[in-house]
Amino acid sequence: MGWLFAIAALATVALFLAVVHRPLGDYMAWVYSAPKHWKIERGIYRLIGVDAKSEQTWQAYLRGVLAFSAVGLLLVYGLQRLQWWLPYSLGLPAPSEHLSFNTAASFVGNTNWQSYSGELTLGYTVQFAGLAVQNFVSAAVGMAVAIALVRGFAYRRSGTIGNFWTDLVRGTIRILLPIAAIGAIVLLAGGVIQNFNGFTEVSTLTGGAQSIPGGPVASQEVIKLLGTNGGGFFNTNSAHPFENPTAWTNVVEVLLMLVIPFSLPRTFGRLVGDKRQGYAILAVMGVLFVASFAILTAIESGGMGTAPQLAGGAMEGKEQRFGIIGSTLFSTTSTGTSTGAVNAMHDSYTALGGMIPMLNMMLGEVAPGGVGSGLYGLLVLAVIAVFVAGLLIGRTPEYLGKKIGPREIKLASLYILVMPILVLAGTALSFAIPGVRDEVTSVSIWNPGVHGMSEVLYAFTSAANNNGSAFAGLTANTPWLNVTLGLAILLGRFVPIVLVLALAGSLAAQDKVPATAGTLPTHRPQFIGLLTVVTVLVTALTFFPVLTLGPLAEGLL
Amino acid sequence: MFGTALRVLVLATLVTGLLYPLLLLGVGQLLLPAQAHGSLVRVDGEVVGSALIGQSWTDAAGDPLRPWFQPRPSAAGYDGGASSGSNLGPENPDLVAAIAQRRAAIAAFEGVDPAQVPPDALTASASGLDPQISPEYARLQAARVADARGLPRSQVLELVQEHVRGRDLGYLGEPTVNVLELNAALAALG
Repeated sequence: MGWLFAIAALATVALFLAVVHRPLGDYMAWVYSAPKHWKIERGIYRLIGVDAKSEQTWQAYLRGVLAFSAVGLLLVYGLQRLQWWLPYSLGLPAPSEHLSFNTAASFVGNTNWQSYSGELTLGYTVQFAGLAVQNFVSAAVGMAVAIALVRGFAYRRSGTIGNFWTDLVRGTIRILLPIAAIGAIVLLAGGVIQNFNGFTEVSTLTGGAQSIPGGPVASQEVIKLLGTNGGGFFNTNSAHPFENPTAWTNVVEVLLMLVIPFSLPRTFGRLVGDKRQGYAILAVMGVLFVASFAILTAIESGGMGTAPQLAGGAMEGKEQRFGIIGSTLFSTTSTGTSTGAVNAMHDSYTALGGMIPMLNMMLGEVAPGGVGSGLYGLLVLAVIAVFVAGLLIGRTPEYLGKKIGPREIKLASLYILVMPILVLAGTALSFAIPGVRDEVTSVSIWNPGVHGMSEVLYAFTSAANNNGSAFAGLTANTPWLNVTLGLAILLGRFVPIVLVLALAGSLAAQDKVPATAGTLPTHRPQFIGLLTVVTVLVTALTFFPVLTLGPLAEGLL
Repeated sequence: MFGTALRVLVLATLVTGLLYPLLLLGVGQLLLPAQAHGSLVRVDGEVVGSALIGQSWTDAAGDPLRPWFQPRPSAAGYDGGASSGSNLGPENPDLVAAIAQRRAAIAAFEGVDPAQVPPDALTASASGLDPQISPEYARLQAARVADARGLPRSQVLELVQEHVRGRDLGYLGEPTVNVLELNAALAALG
């Protein structure tokens, strides 16, 4: 009976996306290509001193991305360090230097890893002026970079790849803000709170007391999901009933996470002038997503492991209103996109179940990935797939009429190397440096045995992939983990962006070569299969050894 | 470049950090005030909690009170200011011991066979504030609550049945019973 509910829930999600991705994808294509600026946008460009008519070289585009993110980093860091003096801070002190750095890197890097506890660390001013703003703009940066890469494929003999500032402003004003406002009202209707009440003290029916938290949750909740950010207002994120009150708001939240990543392939198809190319990318994302959901749901419903068997079901760390299927649907979505929100505690999942969110991230966040980052990640893998096809079946390495030469392959190869290096080196160093190892094993790790190793592996996987979810038993608020995870976030975000924009520049400069008999068609099932296999293979080969030390050892022995 | 970046951030702070949440604050207060303020539950005009935030129904020593329906175990102790799951892994000996201990304690408290205690009664929720329990767990408690209150068991069981909320749209999530709403209805019975 359970699998029927799982199929029905998945079908609901698929139906919504099938209906919405076309208009939204086409709309986003228009947003990033329409020559006319809105009046309010012209005002903004005057205020910020940007010539909206001129396009930028990839280097100038990149400088814009990096300068904007650097200023954001400083601002979020500064706001936290000054929290004690800021208004509406609920009397909370400033977080430590390393915690402030971690949080700033985390929100600017579209990760929203949270070493802090939401309701106990940050007041309203930092949440608003620091975090909520980055929820919007870090998402808009991701979309801008993806669109710049798409332009690389679409443009011919061009020295430019668009204008970062107009992409940033349009993405925020025309895409994120309107969807967020509608989504927030829907969530409000479902019971998500939106107030400035602070804590309300009530006396309960037993004569006891309880403090009910308040806060502007709905407005933050929706952009945290829509922008695939994931940073919760409360410590337990979307498991908290004020963030996610019912089974139907749970599905709405899943849809908010998926709607932009699953619509961007349509945008891509539109902009390169061949919608079939977009559908091929969409198909790969969809296949990986559905497979991941099916596997995770089967494992959690099976309830293997000592504690789940003893309890009669894997309900530790899950909410009654969501049940197992509502939890696995959310987990698959949140780790398949780079959101990292949770509505159940992944640390308490069955051993093999807890490995699936990790694998979703290890795929490089492409099923369907974060807003923008999912699309550019999969396009880079498509470049690799075209190259592999060239070696295997002797086709000329071309993608969308662009020759894939040594420079393109170098950039793509570097891209897929960055994340595994960060994950494996971060995890290894945490156990290899004697002083650090003592702190990690005695302070940070929560669960004994190999599960503790999984907690650390999960943390670096999450940071380097800009996901932000956790095996949350891990105490990450230590100098070592705050600093190294913060660095993993920044390097995992911005090194790939540098490579993607360089790739965009190099593709844009090329002319289109006409398709010949030797050209591999990249919209057919053959290529969809190839790209899926390449994506899975790169991950499996890289991470299988370390997974045998953690979740596989725990689940199979 | 940095000047432009700073000016964009200042503008973004005004629009997305201030205007956007305040606009939604206004919409919430005007159109959906009950939800916006946290779905508060009142008994005789006094706020006794939120329908969405679970509470503990224990005495000062932390022992469960017989006249009230009991919620799921909580890693947060139902402290509304510090939501938390246990984060205990599936092989953690502490969790294994806790589940065995809870099963024995609940079976003794309700006077039932240990095998009858459902999984949600034995496991801590993700938020530590889960306001709901499974209908099975609610029905299991009905006899004990009825006896403690001197009410007919059938009447309390009927009250439980009235408070069962099915799956959303018939297929999303799991059936639930809201503990605070059920206990508030009990209190109204006198």
